[in-house]
Amino acid sequence: MLDDFFTRALVAGIGIAIITGPLGCLVIWRRLSYFGDTLAHSALLGVTLAYAFSLNIAFSVFVISAVIALLLLHLQKRTRLAGDSLLGLLAHSTLAIGLVLMGFLSSIRFDIMGLLFGDILAVTLQDIALVWIGGFIILGILYFIWKSLFSATVNYDLASAEGMQPNIYNMIFTLLLAGVIALSIKMIGTLLITGLLIIPAAASRNITNNPKQMVFVAILIGILSVTIGLFTSLELNTSSGPSIIVIALILFIISLIPLQLKGKLQK
Amino acid sequence: MSKNNLLVSLENAGIYKSPKWLIRGVSLEVKSGQIVTLIGPNGSGKTTTAKMVLNILEPDEGSLKRYTNKIAYVPQKINIDWTMPLRVVDFMRLTNNLSNNEIIESLNQTGVEKLFKEQIHGLSGGEFQRVLLARAIAKKPELLVLDEPVQGVDFNGEIDLYNIIKNISANLNCGILLVSHDLHFVMSATDHVICLNGHICCSGKPSSVIKDKAYIELFGEHRSKTLTYYQHDHDHTHSSDGSVSS
Repeated sequence: MLDDFFTRALVAGIGIAIITGPLGCLVIWRRLSYFGDTLAHSALLGVTLAYAFSLNIAFSVFVISAVIALLLLHLQKRTRLAGDSLLGLLAHSTLAIGLVLMGFLSSIRFDIMGLLFGDILAVTLQDIALVWIGGFIILGILYFIWKSLFSATVNYDLASAEGMQPNIYNMIFTLLLAGVIALSIKMIGTLLITGLLIIPAAASRNITNNPKQMVFVAILIGILSVTIGLFTSLELNTSSGPSIIVIALILFIISLIPLQLKGKLQK
Repeated sequence: MSKNNLLVSLENAGIYKSPKWLIRGVSLEVKSGQIVTLIGPNGSGKTTTAKMVLNILEPDEGSLKRYTNKIAYVPQKINIDWTMPLRVVDFMRLTNNLSNNEIIESLNQTGVEKLFKEQIHGLSGGEFQRVLLARAIAKKPELLVLDEPVQGVDFNGEIDLYNIIKNISANLNCGILLVSHDLHFVMSATDHVICLNGHICCSGKPSSVIKDKAYIELFGEHRSKTLTYYQHDHDHTHSSDGSVSS
């Protein structure tokens, strides 16, 4: 069954949607959308280095994302630039460094479009194993640290005062985020991964009323986006990554309807 | 528990934030069953001192000693973003696992048990303050730190909440560190008052502090003379939503 490229894409995509659901909710709650974006941009540098030193791509991307994340935490303490400026600085300079380095590696042919937008239809069995095993580990860690992480998300001071050690868990969360980007870079691409993190979680917010519900519905919407997106791309012969994000957007728009209706009823 | 039921002590502690000391030379102790109040004008370092006691901020000089880990905190300000759907019941479970009964019991103590399933975003300032207090009580802490716990609460509610705080200290035998600008309550229930203005101006029993020169300079003489605990007789009582019950 898994020898069919389409089935493989589906299995890998659903795996990614299950991981991005909960992490996407946390990204939204913590207002870290641009942070995710920055990590994704820096991933290009990770890919270049992987080719240059023939490393595993996911591993290399994870290391670079983690370094960038820690660098950001450090810079936030050391400079007076606002958070969004720092993010822009890191995102585009790592992207540029990645592209410049690529120029030096002229012997290797890079598929730039593939890196930016991913190529989920080229997924191998090895990739599937990586996504599901990696995803299992990420979600396992997330499950164990959920209470501390969540309380730190609601209010840092309160979590800190009541012994939840938010510093440690914020750091772990950052590493998990780097992990997700590393796992999904090949399939979704650097430019679209933030979309898969944020859009399903945002759609879920519109129709849920407690945190756990929001996480589960975000996973469902992610799975729906991947599934419908892939079938649409097969049917209409459109690129698969962008099709998935377009479907997620359509689901987001649909999720607004209950809010609109409620607003009208109240008027 | 260690000597004299001491829960926490600061010794000559201070926080420096370029280019000045936010607060310096603070020494204080909180023991079980004791209510210690920090008063002082805006920017005098009350919240900073509370955060040192809670170990949120590490003192740049001096030291903190803590003899308990059962701590609950009611911060001065909490903004919960709309993007996070959060019901009162979820908020109550933020840092510890509680059964529904325990949650209702605590909410009941601050008069907001009806809000159990409500969204946090829909609460009024006063209701939210009551939920914050209920959450802290539910932890059954040994040390409770309250930073302006009655802000946004109407006048009768304020007295109501201060009575609840007094009861907590008696029932749970916990130590309370209270940050307040509300002198009425300070005079009526506090065991020890510390008056801050970047440093400790004066401290002691409420009755002696109000006669202190430093205190009068800070708050003005007319205010120190009119300090009496507001008390009046009602032939009815109000529940938290304002309705009259007998």
